[in-house]
Amino acid sequence: MTKQKLVVVGNGMAGMRAVEELLKIAPDMYDITVFGDEPYPNYNRIMLSPVLANEQTIDDIILNSREWYAENNITLHTSARVNKIDRKARTVTAENGITVPYDRLLLATGSKPFMLPIPGAELEGVLGYRDIKDTNDMIEAAKTHKHAVVIGGGLLGLEAANGLKIQGMEVTVVHKNDWLLERQLDRTSGKMLQKSLEARGLSFLLQKDTEQLIGKDGRVVAVRFKDGQEIPADLVVMAVGIRPNYGLAESAGIHCNRGIVVNDTMQTYDPRVYAVGECVSHRGIAYGLVAPLFEMAKVCATHLANFGIGLYKGSVTSTKLKVTGIDLFSAGDFMGSDDAEEILLHDAVGGVYKKLVIKDDTIIGAVLYGDTTDGAWYFQLLRDKKPIHEIRDHLMFGQDSLGNTGHQGQDKVSTMTDEMEVCGCNGVCKGTIVKAIQEKGLFTIDDVKKQTKAGSSCGSCTGLVEQILASTLGGGYAPPSTSKAVCGCTDFNHEEVRDEIRKHKYLSIPAAMKGMGWKTPNGCATCRPALNYYLLSTWPHEARDDPQSRFINERVHANIQKDGTYSVIPRMYGGVTSSDQLRKIADVADKYKVPMVKVTGGQRIDLLGVKKEDLTNMWADLDMPSGYAYGKSIRTVKTCVGSEFCRFGTQNSTQLGIDIEKAFDHMWAPHKVKFAVSGCPRNCAESGIKDVGVIGVDSGWEIYVGGNGGIKTEVAQFLCKVKTAQEVIEYSGAFIQIYREEARYLDRTVHWIERVGLDYVKKRILEDAEGRQAAYERLLYALQGSVDPWAERVEKRDAHKEFETITI
Amino acid sequence: MSWTKICPLNDIPALGARVVRHGEVDIGVFRTEDDRVFALNNSCPHKGGPLSQGIVYGDKVACPLHSWKISLVDGKADEPDVGETACFAVKVEDGNVYLQLNK
Repeated sequence: MTKQKLVVVGNGMAGMRAVEELLKIAPDMYDITVFGDEPYPNYNRIMLSPVLANEQTIDDIILNSREWYAENNITLHTSARVNKIDRKARTVTAENGITVPYDRLLLATGSKPFMLPIPGAELEGVLGYRDIKDTNDMIEAAKTHKHAVVIGGGLLGLEAANGLKIQGMEVTVVHKNDWLLERQLDRTSGKMLQKSLEARGLSFLLQKDTEQLIGKDGRVVAVRFKDGQEIPADLVVMAVGIRPNYGLAESAGIHCNRGIVVNDTMQTYDPRVYAVGECVSHRGIAYGLVAPLFEMAKVCATHLANFGIGLYKGSVTSTKLKVTGIDLFSAGDFMGSDDAEEILLHDAVGGVYKKLVIKDDTIIGAVLYGDTTDGAWYFQLLRDKKPIHEIRDHLMFGQDSLGNTGHQGQDKVSTMTDEMEVCGCNGVCKGTIVKAIQEKGLFTIDDVKKQTKAGSSCGSCTGLVEQILASTLGGGYAPPSTSKAVCGCTDFNHEEVRDEIRKHKYLSIPAAMKGMGWKTPNGCATCRPALNYYLLSTWPHEARDDPQSRFINERVHANIQKDGTYSVIPRMYGGVTSSDQLRKIADVADKYKVPMVKVTGGQRIDLLGVKKEDLTNMWADLDMPSGYAYGKSIRTVKTCVGSEFCRFGTQNSTQLGIDIEKAFDHMWAPHKVKFAVSGCPRNCAESGIKDVGVIGVDSGWEIYVGGNGGIKTEVAQFLCKVKTAQEVIEYSGAFIQIYREEARYLDRTVHWIERVGLDYVKKRILEDAEGRQAAYERLLYALQGSVDPWAERVEKRDAHKEFETITI
Repeated sequence: MSWTKICPLNDIPALGARVVRHGEVDIGVFRTEDDRVFALNNSCPHKGGPLSQGIVYGDKVACPLHSWKISLVDGKADEPDVGETACFAVKVEDGNVYLQLNK
């Protein structure tokens, strides 16, 4: 079968992104031909400003080299402007005469700078700011000329002005509005920006209408305004906006309306023709920022690949100004209105201004100036429409104020030097990440994780990596959506997978994969463990547990160590042991020459450095149950001494701890689950940093949920107070069961609560007594008849051959 | 070089592996879902993790220590990671697995 022919008109960021996405999912489907009217391969247009500001070179910003086109069998025609589409014959023709047939056509013709239709606009020395040629022309002009005038005080205009100043010119920015960047900033922040740019030597003429450009011997020499004022100008850059480039499409009879009109699948009125990028008009909007273009490219690629699933529904955009040393960020409806509220922070001397616009308990807009550290976070809250009343008090002080112990405040990207370490797990410093983003053309957190390893282990620096990405890319950065697909094997997200499993009653991984149309024959190391957990938690006693889809620790019921040995931690309910148990542990440690015996943080004893082939014998000798110290499961219930011995104890916390640990023994969960029970508010069992923390008081028990002592210390939040120990077990059991049923795999309780809100949890546990009781009973049902995995393996050695090494 | 019988194919779980100790060397013998068998040096090129203990999917295995993805076919790490572990010739005949080893 001959391949279909795909022709792409436009070699810019949107078109090539679509091609890259297409190659990822259907590499062999098309013979691809690309036309570009510039003489370069695809480059990162948003990085032209750093080039003008001498911070980068043209070579730095090339995204796909000519070798890349060759490696992917793409025919590239550069310096070839397409001027004709024949939709009947299905061919496109370029000015240089090349004609190519297509089965499908992708238009990505971008936009062009809008040139004011005033006298003198055609003079030499008058430029738009769009491509490499414009940039080079400016750099050349700066060598021989002195006075530059930039018309337009928007993002592009200010970046051009800043660059020209660095190139050594005297620069005046002319702007119609009363303040700069009126589409990104409110008046106050606009004025603050003007002040800091003036301090860098730029001049501004605001509320000025340009009347004409005056020339001499064909080159511009001055700008005259409507009020009669005239200023000298040897170089005029018009940055008053862009216009979608849709002339080609229009001349071919494709429906256009201030852009090529496309539907949510990026298809034009001609079903064979798709369009992406700045040239399109989608639901009446033409986008000029790179993030929406990438979303369009992704959707378009799925349709070109006949996957037919993606829909583009428009974008909320955020912007940043790429002028080094000036931090501003804005998103959404930042001007506010009568029915919206505002939270303001304004430090004129310190040069910091923050405004959040709030409506119906969600952020609808934000302006940050001087300190944009939390821009990505606010933007995420805005896009996800997250209710903010629980964090409203702290909102203005940023994400750190919500608790980020362990980083000592060392996480302001702007103040970090290139040598400073970002990822402590993999030893990646800021400079390495910035370099990778620039040289490899990375746009997403996942790309950065893959390429640099930063944030790929414990994940605690992901926020920091995100900030670096956002500040390096400026407007090119699109925060990841919080409901992304489970992994590359499927387009379903976690919630959808759970729903499907429930709806269709899938009971095995192959059935679930088949039913949901998994793209890979047997998944990957990311989705299989998640699927296995979802099946088991949705259909207890019915779904089939697949050991091969469990991580090694859960497969062999021991914790793998760096040298491939394992650790063995037997259960000691509530942290209580006996001389008998200790004697057995000591004997076992001697018999198997255990290199290290260590007391754990969970009040038990760890035997480290055990060989896999010794595990079964050791368990037989120990004759103690597994402590599940290796699983996404109930771990331990930490307790204090309590009223039995402690002179301050008000409740028997030790006994309750033992009872809880026995009640929930063998429980699998989306991630590990830790409990603690303290006998008085002195809280010696550290209940404040556990998934469920219980504190005894004279009149009963307080229950706290969602604490975490790990990567990022999170203080548990108060859920309720109950009278009896039995109620503690029922309430906490119901809480854990709902977490087991609704959280995403690998979510700790804190992450789940962060997403659904504590109010939701309270509603389910406190306001719905019947629902609580039912959830608790579902948990008891799921745990019914569960057996100790160590004893089971000792008993059925022959069924567990994986423990035996074959020696030859 | 000669073929050495290891074990019946059914002693290796599908999407799983067994360890074969040959002198000083541990070899991971892997079985895919469609019953293809591969043998690799049981040591990840990254930090020496025992590959045989990883999750097998398609014709790859994810190392249990840091999740490097290693191809069972040629022992090479998935990009952007760089590294390679040794492969051994292996075959299945009459339901038994054979390894080609230096004796």
